[in-house]
Amino acid sequence: MVPNHNVRIEELKEIARKLRIDILKSITEAGSGHPGGSLSAIDILVALYWRVMKHDPERPDWPDRDRFVLSKGHAAPALYAVLAEWGYFPKDWLWTLRKVDSHLQGHPSRKDTPGVEASTGSLGQGFSVAVGMALGLKNHPSKPHVYVMLGDGELDEGQVWEATMAAAHYKLDNLTAILDFNGLQIDGPVVKVMDTSPVEEKFKAFRWEVKLIDGHDFNEILSGFEWAKSVKGKPAMLIAKTIKGKGVSFMENKVEWHGKAPTREQLEQALKELGAM
Amino acid sequence: MAEKKALRDVYGEVLVELGERDPRVVVLDADLSKSTKTEKFAKKFPDRFFEMGIQEQDMMGAAAGLASTGKIPFASTFAIFAAGRAWEQVRLSIAYARFNVKIVATHAGIATGEDGASHQMTEDIATMGAIPGMVVLSPSDATSTRAAIYAAYRYHGPVYVRLVRPKAPILYSEPFEMEIGDVRKIKDGDDVTLIATGLLVHEALKAADLLEKQGISVKLYDFITVKPLNNEALRDAASTRYGIVTCEDHVVWGGLGANVAARLSELGLSRPMRFVGLRDVFGRSGSTEALYEHYGLTGKHIAEKALELVKNG
Ligand SMILES: Cc1ncc(C[n+]2csc(CCOP(=O)(O)OP(=O)(O)O)c2C)c(N)n1
Ligand SMILES: [Mg+2]
Repeated sequence: MVPNHNVRIEELKEIARKLRIDILKSITEAGSGHPGGSLSAIDILVALYWRVMKHDPERPDWPDRDRFVLSKGHAAPALYAVLAEWGYFPKDWLWTLRKVDSHLQGHPSRKDTPGVEASTGSLGQGFSVAVGMALGLKNHPSKPHVYVMLGDGELDEGQVWEATMAAAHYKLDNLTAILDFNGLQIDGPVVKVMDTSPVEEKFKAFRWEVKLIDGHDFNEILSGFEWAKSVKGKPAMLIAKTIKGKGVSFMENKVEWHGKAPTREQLEQALKELGAM
Repeated sequence: MAEKKALRDVYGEVLVELGERDPRVVVLDADLSKSTKTEKFAKKFPDRFFEMGIQEQDMMGAAAGLASTGKIPFASTFAIFAAGRAWEQVRLSIAYARFNVKIVATHAGIATGEDGASHQMTEDIATMGAIPGMVVLSPSDATSTRAAIYAAYRYHGPVYVRLVRPKAPILYSEPFEMEIGDVRKIKDGDDVTLIATGLLVHEALKAADLLEKQGISVKLYDFITVKPLNNEALRDAASTRYGIVTCEDHVVWGGLGANVAARLSELGLSRPMRFVGLRDVFGRSGSTEALYEHYGLTGKHIAEKALELVKNG
């Protein structure tokens, strides 16, 4: 399936709104999970899966598909909402998230869930797997592209910088990384926990092409991906300024919504804000 | 029902006590201080708390460096990252140099629950125990956690303390002191022996109840110290009529049971044994209770294994 450029921005916004609802419902049903980083990532995932990537839910192992690796694996509910909407698996699975007989593990598991490309959840690891995928696909006739999403707290991990270096060394222009730059991790704001700034300059110094975008503005996201694909001889990074908990007023920019489920009442309020009731 | 308390809450409290009495105590964490409960220490002694960000390997190296300056570092994160991600830093920078670093890891075992296999450390008794000179402690309740952290503090050398995420019933109503190597005998009996560690001590107690109802007398050990193994306790454990069941929320390959069997064999005390634990499988998401049922780690499963020994006996 080739990317469908007929999906208009208004439709993308509507899909993202619905998927935010699915994310929150699935986490509430599970009783645990990570709403903040799922909500900051979802607009980018919607742009990728509806406008950018070539993929086919009928053939999750199609050799020509573009790959997406969620290196910040705790945002699994966002990925699951996307895959369910595309029909990689029945939507009902969303309501079994994190339960003992579920196909949907707390963090992405390649062996359990169709459409999940890499098993992640331990921060820093998915990026290296994506580099390996890009290496392996470099001379593939249909030129599949590899996308990987990282968290800004995840940048603390040394492995991230090892992967960054390797991707530039091998001139992986079939690799695009997206940084979910929401400014928060668990123990507090990124600048207070472990100041990784200046992030843009660091990636540039590692010989990546870097572009800053608003991770909730579909025009900017889409033109960002177009730009990334046009970069030759280097890997490209989109630093996406986002809001952790985006779309739910009481979650936005709140570090305490990193990793806890809403209560039923909080879910109701969130759904109201998202126009679900 | 006995009162319940999370072992990591006790860890957080004891750290503050240690901070008050000993200025050498410093604490490191890797962006999980709310979960490991080191945040209590961080608030009280901000100058002696080092937030390392999501850098477990760097944290272990820095802990070694701090120890070289005479500090007593406590380094905490989830067990999977302490005993997995940062294993080689623990091995070389800390243990090989024989630095006085305490690694207190939370969220061990499938008891971690809903986060799933990526976050469930089920190989840490094997990986940490394999490191020469590393002590491995695995307390079962609030009281024994307090005893274990104090024992780790008093001991000079590297120690790994394995804590679980969920709250556990309080097993020991009276506070006690322990030294490295100590284990606790909870029940004495002469038909079968149960040797359990961590949360599975509570399951072994349930098994003992089930067995005693059938007239089988049970000896039950809480192996708070997993390494070094306590030979005296093992000699006693080997004295029951039908044999031994070991119980751990850990893979059986290289776990407590395998090490107990090897030691007994070496002592010439081999007994028929059964091993309750994970058999060459990863964990998965689910509640602790559902997972213990799914993987055969409940009191009922332990009792079944003990009955096998009695029948074969
Ligand atoms: C190696 C590793 N260490 C620690 C954790 C625990 N952890 C899960 S999410 C998280 C914070 C991640 O922050 P960030 O990357 O900024 O994610 P986001 O804000 O997008 O949710 C931490 C420390 C982990 N999953 N992996
Ligand atoms: Mg973040």
